[in-house]
Amino acid sequence: MTMGSALQMALMAILPLSVLAYMAARRRAGADNARGTEFHSPLVYYGWYSCLWVALPSMGLFVLAGLLHLLRIATVPGPVLAGGAVALAAFGLVWSQRAIGRDFRAIHSVEGAVRWALIGASCISILITIGIVVSVVFEAMQFFRLVNLWDFLTGTKWSPETAFLISTGRADGNVATPEFGSLPLFAGTFYITAVAMLVAVPMGLFAAVYMAEYASQRVRRIAKPALEILAGIPTVVYGFFAAITVSPLIVHLAESMGLEAEYTNALAPGLVMGVMIIPLVSSLSDDVINAVPQAMREGSYALGATTSETIRKVVLPAALPGVVSAVLLAVSRAVGETMIVVMAAGLMPNLTWNPLKSMTTVTVSIVDSLTGDQAFDSPQTLSAFGLGLVLLVLTLVLNVVSLVVIRKFREQYE
Amino acid sequence: MASLFGIDEKKLLRKRRAAETRFRLCAIAALVLAGAFLVFFLFDITMKGYPAFQQAELLVSVNYTTEAHDNPYAAMDPDTVQIVSRSFTRLIPSMMAENSRLIGTTKEMWVLASADTDQYLKGNANRLKPRHQALVDTMRQEGKARLAFNWGFFEAGDSKLPELAGIRAAAIGSLYVLLITLAISFPVGVMCAVYLEEFAPDNRLTQIIEVNINNLAAIPSILYGLLGLAIFINFMGVPRSSALVGGLTLSLMTLPAIIISTRAAIRSIPPSIREAALALGATPLQVVWHHVLPLSLPGVLTGTIIGLARAMGETAPLLIVGMMAYIPEAPENFNSAATVLPAQIFTWASDSQRAFSERTAAGIMVLLVLLLGMNATAIWLRNKYERKW
Repeated sequence: MTMGSALQMALMAILPLSVLAYMAARRRAGADNARGTEFHSPLVYYGWYSCLWVALPSMGLFVLAGLLHLLRIATVPGPVLAGGAVALAAFGLVWSQRAIGRDFRAIHSVEGAVRWALIGASCISILITIGIVVSVVFEAMQFFRLVNLWDFLTGTKWSPETAFLISTGRADGNVATPEFGSLPLFAGTFYITAVAMLVAVPMGLFAAVYMAEYASQRVRRIAKPALEILAGIPTVVYGFFAAITVSPLIVHLAESMGLEAEYTNALAPGLVMGVMIIPLVSSLSDDVINAVPQAMREGSYALGATTSETIRKVVLPAALPGVVSAVLLAVSRAVGETMIVVMAAGLMPNLTWNPLKSMTTVTVSIVDSLTGDQAFDSPQTLSAFGLGLVLLVLTLVLNVVSLVVIRKFREQYE
Repeated sequence: MASLFGIDEKKLLRKRRAAETRFRLCAIAALVLAGAFLVFFLFDITMKGYPAFQQAELLVSVNYTTEAHDNPYAAMDPDTVQIVSRSFTRLIPSMMAENSRLIGTTKEMWVLASADTDQYLKGNANRLKPRHQALVDTMRQEGKARLAFNWGFFEAGDSKLPELAGIRAAAIGSLYVLLITLAISFPVGVMCAVYLEEFAPDNRLTQIIEVNINNLAAIPSILYGLLGLAIFINFMGVPRSSALVGGLTLSLMTLPAIIISTRAAIRSIPPSIREAALALGATPLQVVWHHVLPLSLPGVLTGTIIGLARAMGETAPLLIVGMMAYIPEAPENFNSAATVLPAQIFTWASDSQRAFSERTAAGIMVLLVLLLGMNATAIWLRNKYERKW
């Protein structure tokens, strides 16, 4: 019996037991109440109290057993576990009935338990972070045991394909040694990010300026949801659009100008990614532009400045920290973006300045090495976690800097 | 007027006004360009996708001879076999085995055409030989070839034959994954938000949690895929490609979004409501349960729906946990292999056949309609029930 089926069987007993506990305790308190005993708490709380006594310890037993099993300390056999949990639930049912009396403050006990549950739920967010960091760091450490960290960061050749053959012992003498120089991947990532920023920052900023300073209420009511639609389109759809529509367009355009473009060029995913990020930049900038005090604008108008002069010389400088923070968040989004580049940027690691050439990114090689044929201890698979670690650190730094900058801004004006 | 300080004011003013106009035009252009992109994008996807909602069918006569029982390709004349979908031809023997009265009869019936015939009828590039093209042309003139509404697209799962491939399995997979995402991220997210807004003391732990949530919201989704692979699959032993592991991964990704929007909804409720309840003797939990949560429900639901819509369109983490395999059947339970709509779109998009590219766009249309519907519901909820205090 696996743990899952043990849990299912135990639940079949525990769920009715907890309902029974609720009803029994509630009825007992109700009967005493009818005889004239004044209870401290509303009567339902006595029911809930008993119910918690049935459900919590038995479920806790499962959590404990699950942890022991996962940490490979001990495995409790399923029948024992299910039996123990049901016994614990039955004990809780009997035990909790004893406490029910006139002076027992059930509401405090129940609220205390619920409060702990709320704290537990809040701590899950910390657990997720720990989970991400641990999962990435542990595998990355294994990877860096096989591959020198310095070579990884500064090498210019990325060809991990043969690592799989070598690790499974299928390599014969003439297989090339795999190389893990991640520089071309990061170069590709930043190149495509830069293209995306060239689209997203000016367009997002101008859109935000127009909406905050020029647009009438009506225009804003239409333009804002329209931009939100752009943000709501799934990235896989953008990827398809970049690969099927934008890429061929770019190739034709390049041909008509006498240039040669590859179908998986860096320009198409960059441009489409830029459009995808416009709403992010514009909504964040819109917020900070609106947070600039009206008095500053009025002061500028009073000195005879035109609207655009006020925006360029007063509003934007005042909002600059917020705009910088928005741009940093946009960069972090672009660096971590996966589907668009997977579908449109190609797989060839390529160190080049030519945007019409194929390039690959960090996220593409993560996906590439974790889908399809894989052995979990092969350096190629592990390389995904090495890249993931760098990606994690990069986005965390960008986010933290952006948070600090925006906090400074808010302290100044709000 | 004589010029002060030797500056020509009129010229300067003209220059400044021209700059003003230029700036304003730039700002409008940014919005117009973004709008134009949206229109072009939707138009392009629709033009590519709508033909897939029609599928070619051919009226052919099928001879259920005994010979056809062993070699189904003998059931039709050799040229017709080439333009009919193999999925139909393959089924002839089993049809005869099921219904023995068929043997020896000849029937005229509408059957599914092959993907190339379908593309030819729609006027697209195809690999049909000229001889077969001519045959399709004559059949069209005789009214024996038609484009019918493609019900199969909504009723079938994935297939190697483009004319047979549909989105049903992926849609059901998406539903399973979303159910798990909702079941985990909604209660946990709301509980976390309630704690942070209503109970948390301003201490170190609370600050850590707050910074943490903001960071989680900005972590690239693919890293959640790495978490799912390392923790859920390799450590906990959740089956790879299952709806369970996909749902777990996406619920972690959706959690910060739900927490943030729920907190905003709770914060917008004025303190006077809480104080009134407390003054009447309610406990803190009663204040939350009886007043704060019901009043903030529209905002909470809006945030949850938008978060779920994002989870529904997410692909990258699901590729990492193996939900992009060729899975033609709808999942039977949370542990069986499943695929989701965006992953199906990705799989079709990487297929070079023209008929698949058409289906990819059609799948995108379905996905976009679903997502827009969810977002519209969320906005409608917000506008209808949100109260300004």
